[in-house]
Amino acid sequence: MTAREPDTAGGGAGGERPPEAGYGAGRPPCAVIIEKLSLAVGGFRLDGVDLEIAPREYVVLMGPTGAGKSLLLKCLCGLIRPDAGRVWIGGVDVTAREPRRRRIGYVAQEGALFPHLNVERNLTFGLRVAGLRHGRAMAEIAPLIDDIGLRPLLHRRPGTLSGGERQKVALARALAARPRLLVLDEPVSALDERTRREVCALLKRVQRSLGVATLHVCHNTAEARDLGDRAGVFVAGRLAQIGPLEELLRNPATESVARLLDATA
Amino acid sequence: MNGGARRGAADNGEVELPAPVGPRGSAIDVISALALALLVLLVLLLVASDVVYLRNHRLGLGEVLSALSAPDVRGAIRRSAYTSLTALALILLFAVPAGYALSRRRFPGRSIANALVDAPIVLPPVVVGVSLLAFFAGPFGRPLKTALAAAGLSMTSAAGIVLCQFILAVPYAVRAAQAAFDSVDRRLEQAALCLGCSPSQAFRRVTLPLSANGLFAGAVMAWARAIGVFGPLMVFVGTSPRVQVMPTMIWLELSVGNIETSLAIALVMLLMAGASLAVVHRLAPGRSWS
Repeated sequence: MTAREPDTAGGGAGGERPPEAGYGAGRPPCAVIIEKLSLAVGGFRLDGVDLEIAPREYVVLMGPTGAGKSLLLKCLCGLIRPDAGRVWIGGVDVTAREPRRRRIGYVAQEGALFPHLNVERNLTFGLRVAGLRHGRAMAEIAPLIDDIGLRPLLHRRPGTLSGGERQKVALARALAARPRLLVLDEPVSALDERTRREVCALLKRVQRSLGVATLHVCHNTAEARDLGDRAGVFVAGRLAQIGPLEELLRNPATESVARLLDATA
Repeated sequence: MNGGARRGAADNGEVELPAPVGPRGSAIDVISALALALLVLLVLLLVASDVVYLRNHRLGLGEVLSALSAPDVRGAIRRSAYTSLTALALILLFAVPAGYALSRRRFPGRSIANALVDAPIVLPPVVVGVSLLAFFAGPFGRPLKTALAAAGLSMTSAAGIVLCQFILAVPYAVRAAQAAFDSVDRRLEQAALCLGCSPSQAFRRVTLPLSANGLFAGAVMAWARAIGVFGPLMVFVGTSPRVQVMPTMIWLELSVGNIETSLAIALVMLLMAGASLAVVHRLAPGRSWS
């Protein structure tokens, strides 16, 4: 493995935040570099995507349906092998690593909670796979459960939860495994406006508190404005532009970026 | 059929909506209702006929039990039980991984494999028996037959019965396994991989529990098919007393005019088939986890 330090200067405000006490206290900050990632699937192509996420930074990627955002996330998580390019997490090249060795917390659309396990078992899933007993795992994540307010839900099955509750549990489950990067695939797109705002506020608070680098893909600028340190626009398999959202709105790099920002504002 | 649609939970758990606006009792409704009713009636008549025949001949439970307690009938029932269960074990050993491969993997020749899996379902059973005879007389089968015989597995013994049952029943289990794995959302497996599972841990902790009902229903269906295999046994294994199972016993008893014993065994098989159907219908749609 080759170690490489990411350039945190371009990472917006992320690197300036001090680590805070709580569930993530004491964890070293971590950054991610995606380097010329390419993948051809059928007629679609991810085309040499370059992206850096600074420690504790929250990056939101926007783009129309079919732009390749979810594909990028799956490559990043190791769920799909890219044709070319590299992924670095915390200065380590993880391109050839299996998903389980990357320590990425992945929150899929609608949560992807295990329907045969109750909320408690869903939350402890990652720690139990790592070898902890259930009781020990529960003790470990108790602060996280209280922080997100999941204690009343612990004995419920995912099928009985509302959309917002499901997403909160999915977020907590991803964080419980102490990821080095949090990856969110349209986590609030299926929620009503009020719940969306509530979950966004929670995401922001928890992400700030844990200081975990986060990549969030979505369709609209509202989420980028609410959550992101930086926003990127993904068009036809390419990262067309990335920077602070206000900068993107002021100076869109291309017509397609301008059109997308207009359409999703 | 839809004319009297009612609001309520349908079998799949979704709420059944009222019928659309328009005339009720259209031709398609009448024809489909009639066809379904006739099919159900036919099955019920077949089952009832056995019972009626036994009653008309004043054969009560005592006589049925007495017919079933004859040593050769008991032997056939016992042989049916252990050969079908052995076949089922082998079926599960093959069907679960094969169903998983067909459900989850894309590989060269997949569509051919997918079509060939169904071959034993569409082939007339007796043709399977003839094909087995031809195979074991051919260049590949002969050495295999010799090797199996050296290991004490003669094709004119229980091993031959198990082989016939396996071939006829395995497609049902493969298809059930494939459908069961298809019903598991892949995002759940991906979530498990990201949470630290190896692929086999994700299979064991997520895929298998979520597909368990479908796999179990497939196993029951395959077992019910295996225990009823008849044609290939007549051709490939024979009808000597030491290889008689329930279906061949029914035929042999009928051929000597002993219809009472045939019907008694048929009743046992009907009861087993009914129980299997109940289990399959209870489990096949997939238990709701909510």
